[in-house]
Amino acid sequence: MQQIIYFFIKNKNFLLFALLFLISFILTLESHSYHNSKLISSTNFFSAKVYSVTSNITEYFDLKEQNKILLEQNSSLLKYQANTNTPISQIPLDSLLSKNFEFTGARVINNVYNKTNNHITIDKGQNDTIEPDMGVITSKGIVGIINKTSGKYARIQSLLNTKSQINAQLKKSKHFGFLTWNTQNPHIVQLTEIPKLAPIAIGDTIITGGNSAIFPKGILVGRVANYTLENNDSYTVDVRLFNDMTNLSHVFIIKNKNKQEIIQLQFSDDAE
Amino acid sequence: MQNNQIILNIIRFVVLMLLQVIVLNHINFLGYVNPYAYLIFILLFPFDASKTLLIFLSFLLGLSIDLFSDSGGVHAAACVLVGFLRPGILKFSFGVSYEYNAVKLNKVTFKERVLYITLMVFIHHFVLFGLEIFSLSHIVLILKSTLFSGIFSVLLILCILLLFNTKEN
Repeated sequence: MQQIIYFFIKNKNFLLFALLFLISFILTLESHSYHNSKLISSTNFFSAKVYSVTSNITEYFDLKEQNKILLEQNSSLLKYQANTNTPISQIPLDSLLSKNFEFTGARVINNVYNKTNNHITIDKGQNDTIEPDMGVITSKGIVGIINKTSGKYARIQSLLNTKSQINAQLKKSKHFGFLTWNTQNPHIVQLTEIPKLAPIAIGDTIITGGNSAIFPKGILVGRVANYTLENNDSYTVDVRLFNDMTNLSHVFIIKNKNKQEIIQLQFSDDAE
Repeated sequence: MQNNQIILNIIRFVVLMLLQVIVLNHINFLGYVNPYAYLIFILLFPFDASKTLLIFLSFLLGLSIDLFSDSGGVHAAACVLVGFLRPGILKFSFGVSYEYNAVKLNKVTFKERVLYITLMVFIHHFVLFGLEIFSLSHIVLILKSTLFSGIFSVLLILCILLLFNTKEN
């Protein structure tokens, strides 16, 4: 017994190191698994508070750019109004979207895009009925999917995350594939598994596919910048995003009112 | 440790952590290169203080950076490792004089100081990026990030140490 205690005292530094290293390693593994890091995330009270204070200050440096984005959005809405004769207050954000979707605006308080698994923190959370697995867009295009919420804050798994797989399709031919990111460039994501038969050309528009309950069909993603044939049966397409992911300030969160129904249907299919 | 040293280290901990998460994590030089200057806390932690305490504080420092950057436990792991390895690296960089507790970081030769900082920074960065990217197929990216961020961090740490080199330690 005495020797065991002596052993512990003699090696206490190494044992403490081993224990703490193990803890951090487990936290790391958890953050790399699919539904990730429930323990350590920037939606906790302390870090989210610090981020919202700093973003309150840094917001001012970006006002000019954000004004321009608002102006563009306004002009496209006005154009829509002029062409359809519907009062603007009665239409949703985009004509393509059905009435099953609701939009909530939120402010980005922290945006990371230089790592391989990037997250964005916003200042709306459970108190504003934000839940995990809701889609996030800006007026220009898609941003990512909510993957963790706290009372006042939520975290988005950005498009620029090697774990993201979002359904998207070619606008002109309906061939669909999955959006992934190869970590090279924050302005370009990859659309994989586009069939070889698809008529594809540089400059084609990519939109969301609507095959999931998260994004409605027709949200803009980007333009085809380049494409290569993989394994002789499918294309991998480089898509230049319409959104500037390095400069996000305000985003919209999409709520699908029929989500529960869709999920229940999908699960009942699996069971049979 | 004396009282004023304890206060100094607490202030250093908080200031470096906030500097890291508010400013340095958003530099993105060339798109992905960020310096990690919070290592200064571990580098400057009194050489004669308890090693157990250093390991524990390194863990806390790393974990608080992780809390801000949604990275699981990668900073904590890297910090704990350099905290644990520090006595060995000190001995390697400063030779025997370290064993007599006679070393002060602003008194050693420039070469020894750069050696000590470089070793600590590169070990820390390699573990950090290795765990963060966590895939053998991206080994080139890990090495590239380690190299570029490492050089950036070493330069920044040297500059900060020169600036605040009046009478501490």
